[in-house]
Amino acid sequence: MAWRSLFSRLQRSSGSSPAEEKKLPASTPTPSFDASQRTHASSPKPSSPNLTTPPTTAKFVARDVSVFYGAKRALNKISLNIGRNEVTALIGPSGCGKSTFLRCLNRMNDTIDICRMEGLIQLDGENIYDRAIDAVQLRARVGMVFQKPNPFPKSIYDNIVYGPRIHGMAHHREDLDRIVEDSLARAGLWAEVKDRLREPGTGLSGGQQQRLCIARAIAVQPEVILMDEPCSALDPIATAHIEELIDELRENYTIVVVTHNMQQAARVSQKTAFFHLGEMVECRDTGEIFTNPRDERTLGYVTGRYG
Amino acid sequence: MAAIGLALSMLVLLLGSIAIKGYSGFWETQIKLDIVFDAAIIDPTGTRAPETLRQADYQALVRKALQTRFPGVSTREHKRQLIEMISTSGADALRHAVRADSSLIGKREAFWLAARSDIDQLAKGKQSRTAPEADRRVSDQQIAWLDQLNNDGALRQAFNVTLFVSGDSREPEQAGIGGGIIGSMLTLIITLALALPIGIAAAVYLEEFAKKGRFTNLIEVNINNLAAVPSIVFGLLGLAVFLDVFGMPRSAPLVGGVVLALMTLPTIIIAARSAIKATPPSIREAALGLGASPLQVVTHHVLPLSLPGILTGAIIGMSRALGETAPLLLIGMVAFVVDIPKSVFDPATVMPVQIFMWSRSAESAFVERTSAAILILLALLVAMNGLAVVLRRKFERRW
Repeated sequence: MAWRSLFSRLQRSSGSSPAEEKKLPASTPTPSFDASQRTHASSPKPSSPNLTTPPTTAKFVARDVSVFYGAKRALNKISLNIGRNEVTALIGPSGCGKSTFLRCLNRMNDTIDICRMEGLIQLDGENIYDRAIDAVQLRARVGMVFQKPNPFPKSIYDNIVYGPRIHGMAHHREDLDRIVEDSLARAGLWAEVKDRLREPGTGLSGGQQQRLCIARAIAVQPEVILMDEPCSALDPIATAHIEELIDELRENYTIVVVTHNMQQAARVSQKTAFFHLGEMVECRDTGEIFTNPRDERTLGYVTGRYG
Repeated sequence: MAAIGLALSMLVLLLGSIAIKGYSGFWETQIKLDIVFDAAIIDPTGTRAPETLRQADYQALVRKALQTRFPGVSTREHKRQLIEMISTSGADALRHAVRADSSLIGKREAFWLAARSDIDQLAKGKQSRTAPEADRRVSDQQIAWLDQLNNDGALRQAFNVTLFVSGDSREPEQAGIGGGIIGSMLTLIITLALALPIGIAAAVYLEEFAKKGRFTNLIEVNINNLAAVPSIVFGLLGLAVFLDVFGMPRSAPLVGGVVLALMTLPTIIIAARSAIKATPPSIREAALGLGASPLQVVTHHVLPLSLPGILTGAIIGMSRALGETAPLLLIGMVAFVVDIPKSVFDPATVMPVQIFMWSRSAESAFVERTSAAILILLALLVAMNGLAVVLRRKFERRW
């Protein structure tokens, strides 16, 4: 592991900011890239005139992010801003790299041996792949909910308090109880499980399990929640629950959600990014993507011609 | 079906023949004698000093009791034959009784004393009474005495406690597997204490932390090969390294345990790796996604979930170690050890080696003891495997 991170660090430092600056205009002519989105992004470059504009709504700034699995390129120079307290949906056909991009945002790809990442990702203006950033600490700030509900084979209570416990956020019984109630309430699960907190989390229904996982992610008080197809294993009613929940959580959290379901993207997100074959084709307000896509590929996808 | 039937019948045949041969080994023939605890023999000065009581000639008490029982015996040869009916452990039993309760001195008390193994075999019907006297180990006169005792109700078959609590002996009726059981336990404790933590640590490293590459492949191939190395090779290693280079004590459970740990390690590593591999990746991702460090992921989630599998592998490895003979022969655990070992540094032997040694003994009484010891060993193995099943059931979590 040490070897790998050293390797990727070397790669990052070789392509550090001056080089990026030069690359930046070069990537602008990419026909698919939305220029308006670009200008309103806070730029990470120190020399950029945009520095004066406060880091407005962008929570995450990704520049020229490429990811390789071994020799295979999974993502090709993705540049994207993710707005603060917004829901950003990543859509696209299978294998287009949207999940890979999502996993770059909390460095979950670090755990895959053959995975290598180039480019820059900033969280609140801080390079998350910097050597000073601990991936473990980062993941406490950027929580994640997975495609398949994956509660620990422990009680509901223990599922929730696991994160706060390992981060030393609470030591007293009352604090933990409060966190459990608070997280479950925010995930809309408290009323259903408050009488059986000691029962195994794996005994809940699929939709409840997924909300438990969301509650577990909330319990460590992250700034961002990444959701990787959170509803793909759920029925329509459970999906509706989760979607409502995502909308409510938007107030306090920045949310990035990967979905195959375009209606879902349209319902829950404010911004939508369309990925195709490892490229980001376009990223704009959700309404515009679905009603007035600029790229032909986006049009084809959202109208159901392929994908 | 036919194959299963054949295998089952073989198993039944094996267990059946051992059980039939070994069953009588759990019983010993005892002879009732009226012992007079003559103060003149035991403690002529009347001090009751422990040292005096310990060194007194208890064999003389047995001899006197026998002579009272069979008053007509006069020839030197017959006197010898008479005293040879009772095991020399009889005197030890009397010494034990007197040292525990010195008020016995001067009294007359009936005692059941173990018979000599030849008498024992004859009483159990394991030796022919009809063969010519020269071909028998029991004389006609002894047979007559035995029948007389039997008629008087002074002969009985009692449960053979000696077999479980004693160490080895040249006299079959005094030989027990107790030393082997303790030796096996001490050896297995060392084996478990070494092999389990090292095995789990190695498996965790290989599965969770090591970067997959040529080096880990090489290690993997070697571990799999080590699991298939004949066990006697580990014994040679123990002889060359632990005894010759490090100068560790010969015949000691410590060395035996280390050698068996080396032998068991690959088994435990392989079992632990597959158990760790079987934990769902989604649990790892869930923990990592919450900001758990890789070490926390392993200690909080992966190990608890894979514990049943690891324990099963460990216990199966342990039962293999319990049944192992060959490597221990080379490090000297095949010695004739009478004393029951008290620490891992004492000379000791283990159960399978004890069985091996008994199987080579000339006395026919060792045949049933060998089979009885095999039954004890098998019972321990079954108990250990049962424990593995129980532990797996107990720790298994479903989701």
